[in-house]
Amino acid sequence: MASDKLQKIIGPRTPQEELAQRRWRYLWPTICFLTAALLLVISTFLPYWSMILHAPQYPKGLVVHAYLNRLEGDVQEINGLNHYIGMRPLEEAAHFEKSVAVFGVVALALVVLAAVYIHSPWSALLTFPAIVFPGIFLLDLFYWLYNFGHNLDPHAALSNAVKPFTPTVLGEGTIGQFRTEAFADFGLLLATAASILILLGLYLQRRAYKPLMDQMVNREPQ
Amino acid sequence: MLDEGNINGKEVRWGDTHHPALSETKGDYDGQFLFINDKANARVAVIDLRDFETKQIVKNPVALNDHGGTMVTPNTEYIIEGGQYAAPLGWEYASLDDYNTDYRGMVTFWKFDRDKGRIDKSQSFAIELPPYWQDLCDAGKLASEGWAFCNSFNAERATGGVEEGNPPFEAGASQGDTDYLHIFNLKKAEEVYKAGKTVEVNGFPVISLQTAIDEGILYFTPEPKSPHGVDVSPDGKFLVVSGKLDPHVTVYSFEKIQKAIEAGKWDTDDYGVPVLLLDDTKEAQVEVGLGPLHTQFDDKGYAYTSLFLDSAVARWTLGGDFADKHPEEPWQLVSKISVHYNIGHLVTAEGDTVSPDGRYLVAMNKWAIDRFANVGPLLPQNFQLIDIDNTGDNMQLLYDMPIGIGEPHYAQMIKYDKLSPWEVYPEIGWDPHTQSVDPNAPKPGEERVERNGKTVEVFMTAVRSHFTPEHVEIEQGDHVIWHITNIERAYDATHGFSVPGYNINLSIEPGETVTFEFDADQPGVFSYYCTEFCSALHLEMTGYLLVKPTGTTAMLNQ
Repeated sequence: MASDKLQKIIGPRTPQEELAQRRWRYLWPTICFLTAALLLVISTFLPYWSMILHAPQYPKGLVVHAYLNRLEGDVQEINGLNHYIGMRPLEEAAHFEKSVAVFGVVALALVVLAAVYIHSPWSALLTFPAIVFPGIFLLDLFYWLYNFGHNLDPHAALSNAVKPFTPTVLGEGTIGQFRTEAFADFGLLLATAASILILLGLYLQRRAYKPLMDQMVNREPQ
Repeated sequence: MLDEGNINGKEVRWGDTHHPALSETKGDYDGQFLFINDKANARVAVIDLRDFETKQIVKNPVALNDHGGTMVTPNTEYIIEGGQYAAPLGWEYASLDDYNTDYRGMVTFWKFDRDKGRIDKSQSFAIELPPYWQDLCDAGKLASEGWAFCNSFNAERATGGVEEGNPPFEAGASQGDTDYLHIFNLKKAEEVYKAGKTVEVNGFPVISLQTAIDEGILYFTPEPKSPHGVDVSPDGKFLVVSGKLDPHVTVYSFEKIQKAIEAGKWDTDDYGVPVLLLDDTKEAQVEVGLGPLHTQFDDKGYAYTSLFLDSAVARWTLGGDFADKHPEEPWQLVSKISVHYNIGHLVTAEGDTVSPDGRYLVAMNKWAIDRFANVGPLLPQNFQLIDIDNTGDNMQLLYDMPIGIGEPHYAQMIKYDKLSPWEVYPEIGWDPHTQSVDPNAPKPGEERVERNGKTVEVFMTAVRSHFTPEHVEIEQGDHVIWHITNIERAYDATHGFSVPGYNINLSIEPGETVTFEFDADQPGVFSYYCTEFCSALHLEMTGYLLVKPTGTTAMLNQ
């Protein structure tokens, strides 16, 4: 009984002669999932989001790169500027997320690898977190940008001059003399590519295993 | 560091700087260091081009003043400092009646330790010379590497005294037709110094005049009177001397000089120094115009000589291996361009190296007269940029630049991409003097005021737009040691710090830590503030130093 349930969850195995005949049909979903997992792992080394601030006195611009676990770039200088409007230092944002994100994404990649062996629709549920991860990242980013932009120190030097605001998550914005450009960086692009590959993998997996699944289900009542 | 330049314990805080020299590797600028002499006090400064700040000032122990510095040997092994007005070596007293016997000239070879970025006094030496008022020097290069040259302008040994009916110096020192070009075998001098054949003057090793003669270190050859420059051609084969009262430049051949020395054919001066005959050493003379002073070179086989009296720059052709580089005949005046006015030195792009870049020349004119709006009796100097990229008589004046401070004397022109100075100091808490982090540097979050008896130590940070701490409360009579770190990492985010009433003002560049000390002898309230317009809230970058009159209890504000 229990093994029946387990079999339902992991789905049908491919008969040897079928595999020999139509090898690629069964290999493609695996390639998609493997690649997606690999992209996710690589993405942990890359910045997910970047913002460039342009102003006349910064000819090279000021840049901040958000990695899963840290900020890089001209963070100190941007913090120095932000103190005028009473914004907290950027490092204080997303402590929890930064501490777990790298492990979380590696875990997502492992789960995606596991989906290679799950030939039932359960694989969709298994990979769902990885698929929506880029969206979650952006939502969390929006939350922190909102939080920082709306919790300005009322005693700051320029607190009267700047109303609470949300820095632009993606695209161009302006704050003070700065024109800002915010964009998804390589890490987030790879994670998004991974999402698309997982969706493609799920489709190809369904296409390959649905007939086998149907056979398995049809066999059951007998 | 400034105290290294003290003279017999006397604080000397001004100099008369003359000739900057960039450090060289294989005879070409390497962009690492700059040296300059102080004529008034016979001092040499070392400037590190990572931050363009002076790192060392050395006082010459032998002479009171210098002029023939600074020039470097092709790999910056030595920095040459030639003397100027003869005086008893070691700053002793002697009557002018004993001028011939007791007064002496000198040339000093300072050993440079590139790794430490400092002159190594313990490896340096001087050579005693007759009291002929040595002037500019130059180091040999390529063909003449291992040799050095200086000229002189008072072979007459005039001692002045116009008030006693003597000819004034200007006339007395110009009586003879010739002065002496000094020729030094530097390599041999180094050997003699290392062999210990020196005498000590003020604890500094000096090769005596007699030793220099006996060892074949020193030779003379006549040069047109009262010259003001000896410049070695890029290949090291020719020496160009301009007698400022003679319309010619005189070109000597290093090869001919060597042959004359080998032949052993010479006269001697009153001190027994061999004087090679002019006919044996001269390569050519070129009539360039009135008041020729200094010569620089380009990449096309031309030489450029400044003409003080003509207020012009003369372009003339070199011979030898340079003859094929230009269309004209060798050793010939090609053209002149007027400059405004009374040119002293001139500088061409890397024009005193083994590979001049050509293209540009700057005429360093002493007088501006009508070139700029009148700003009262003290006028700026005028530097004029001249395009020398075309051959023949096509030289073009491009730009006049007023120079408002002092009398910038000579310059060096280096390709910009050879320099790589820091944008900000490498680490926060940097001590530019040691080029490393100061262990006492105040750190952000650790600012404080510490009291130890009557000594108060302040650890302060500066960032746009505040100092921490903003209150410093001390007592009259305290000795104050005050450290400030500029914790900025932004390019150009310099802060100033001044304490009015205590004669304190400093510039603190991004990352730098400064330390200053003073005795709080005046009670009162002093607002210290940032003297660099650093930010929109610059005026607010201030604080109070409260000095309580003695007798009240100090409450240190933490």
